[in-house]
Amino acid sequence: MSVYLDHAATTPIFDVAIDAMQVALRKVGNPSSLHSEGRSTRKDVEDAREIIAKAIDCLPSEVIFTGSGTEADNAAIKGLFWKSGKKVIVISAIEHHAVLDPARWLVDHEGAEVIDIPVNKSGVIDLTFLRDLIDKRGYEIALIAVMHSNNETGVIQPVGEVVKIAGEIPVHTDAVQSFTKVALSYKDLGVTSMALSAHKVGGPHGIGALILRRAYEIPALLHGGGQEREIRSGTLNAPSIVAFAAAVASKKYLADQVIELRKKFEAGVLASTPDAYINGVGADRLPGIVNVTFPGTQSDSLLLLMDSEKVSCSTGAACSAGVHRPSHVLLAMGHSEITAQSSLRFSLGADSTQADVDFALSVLPTVIARGRAANQK
Amino acid sequence: MKIIAAMSGGVDSAVAAARAVEAGHEVIGVHLALASNPQKYRSGARGCCTIEDSHDARRAADKIGIPFYIWDMAEEFHDGVVENFLAEYAAGRTPNPCLRCNEKIKFAAVLDRAKAMGFDGVVTGHYARTEIGPMGKTLHRAVDPLKDQSYVLAVLTTEQINGAIFPLGNTEKVDIRIEAEARGLAVAQKPDSHDICFVPRGDNAGWLRDRLGSEVGPIVDQSGTKIGEHKGAYTYTIGQRKGLGLTVPTADGSPRFVLKIEPVTNTVVVGAREELAVVQLMGEKTIWCGPSVGSAPLRGFVQVRAHGTPLDCTYYFDGQRLVAELDKPLLGIANGQAMVIYDGDRVVGSATICESA
Repeated sequence: MSVYLDHAATTPIFDVAIDAMQVALRKVGNPSSLHSEGRSTRKDVEDAREIIAKAIDCLPSEVIFTGSGTEADNAAIKGLFWKSGKKVIVISAIEHHAVLDPARWLVDHEGAEVIDIPVNKSGVIDLTFLRDLIDKRGYEIALIAVMHSNNETGVIQPVGEVVKIAGEIPVHTDAVQSFTKVALSYKDLGVTSMALSAHKVGGPHGIGALILRRAYEIPALLHGGGQEREIRSGTLNAPSIVAFAAAVASKKYLADQVIELRKKFEAGVLASTPDAYINGVGADRLPGIVNVTFPGTQSDSLLLLMDSEKVSCSTGAACSAGVHRPSHVLLAMGHSEITAQSSLRFSLGADSTQADVDFALSVLPTVIARGRAANQK
Repeated sequence: MKIIAAMSGGVDSAVAAARAVEAGHEVIGVHLALASNPQKYRSGARGCCTIEDSHDARRAADKIGIPFYIWDMAEEFHDGVVENFLAEYAAGRTPNPCLRCNEKIKFAAVLDRAKAMGFDGVVTGHYARTEIGPMGKTLHRAVDPLKDQSYVLAVLTTEQINGAIFPLGNTEKVDIRIEAEARGLAVAQKPDSHDICFVPRGDNAGWLRDRLGSEVGPIVDQSGTKIGEHKGAYTYTIGQRKGLGLTVPTADGSPRFVLKIEPVTNTVVVGAREELAVVQLMGEKTIWCGPSVGSAPLRGFVQVRAHGTPLDCTYYFDGQRLVAELDKPLLGIANGQAMVIYDGDRVVGSATICESA
């Protein structure tokens, strides 16, 4: 038996998405062409756009397809920054690198200043800090970026509150992990922009979306044929877009079921390893993500041992050479470098089962014991 | 057995891992990340510290069909190997960091971790052999004398040798490349690494100068008379003749050689070639790779460089130091070099040279 518990990294593509993609792959027609083939593909793309718009509660014209969630984040952070003409970028301390790194790039290349919003021990951003910051320096702030939920801990952030506090300042949210997992309305949230990704929701790799307020134009990263409101040129990836929409429309992800499995898994982990603790416990969290610290271990050893037992999970951060690094998310939550590197992320998906959870729990005691022994060396 | 294959990204460790799989072992490939910032120590396609190397190791593991992970040993490597290398030079000695890496990292940190995690041993692409006989598992020279790496492995204790597997010791390097080619390993023609992996472009003197400074000091003859100046004593090697920049000739016009480096006074002592000759080597920090040796003199060979000639000698352990009496004088020995004793092709043990006469 092998058990996949890394759905937050990527989750298996749904059959409906494969079917939709296969049909679309066999069609000819650039959606920008004016002839009948082009119009037909264009229709598929626009149907897909409407499905996604409905699912995220925005206007179809507010959906801009991109090559990934990362691209959507980059387009938003850089675009909102350039549009504003101001220099201060406010981001949460726990952002994904897709937000963190473009912000840092703007510091290095465009004279930006980045201010991190700290998080509490549960991994929730400090709204008082943000309020004070806006009181003092609001007029300098180009944009605020706070992810909807954290990819390592699953902790959901009060983005609606951020928008209220922000007033006129544009707010971007990376909702890659939240989409289809928890109630999420672009309109109700009131953010300026939002990033989504297909492969986290049962769609294919290489397709994402930037949701950007209607008639709110930002400078583009890619210039060319002027597709997607001239914000994202490039021939539309119709097969992937169609498959993305098919996955979203399937509503296959049953959150209550995933929550129940997660709770059983958490209880099992704490029962077998009493000194383990769950990061972000007490905060509002995504259904499927559990981040556990196992004191006295090193996560890369644990991952190898879990992998040997045919259980796939994640250590979180790694550098370009593949070396495990302490997670900036856990460090921001008050972890030491040592405990941050003693943590594993398990993430459940739409097709996770009780048997998966039972199997993972059955191998855990041996893995933790060996991991602890290796750490003594 | 369940074993960890240490994969540097080079051809040797890739073939070693493949052979271990074929021998029926359950093998997991591990690349050791030895620099905390992987490009910090060197750039280029050779060595064991670049992102390219970890990629090559990963692709070799893919080809062989084994799981692959990266282990971060940067801190251990820095503390145990790089710092030691600097400290030795700063003390006027000439260290060999490859021995330290085998002693502290590959067959200590890695082997210990592997065992704790339920593995039985570590397989590497070193050219050396092991044999099992009345003395237990012993370490021996590889069949390819040009590639033999038993010298840099002579810091392994019996317990470490017991946990080590060297599948390449019976093969010539040229055949390893052919085999790698036949196995479809992309690293088949990757150049060998010769230099110290953390020193870029083999520029040892420059690397040391950057870290230890380049304090000007005197070059003196054996009477103590100053005859020139140097820029950092540790960039000189015992026995060095060229690059001394001396303008005062000797009385008979014979060349001068570096005889001694005195770090405390930052002095380089030079003299005639004959002064370099020694017939006795004494070493500290002795490690036995098999049964220990006592004070009764034994006949064997001593080797003082990684690919140096084995020299006929009589050796014994005086309770404190390993001593080798050479049959013929040897020129240019520096303290800090490792002396490795062989009984035929078996590695008896090693020590760090602390005195010679």
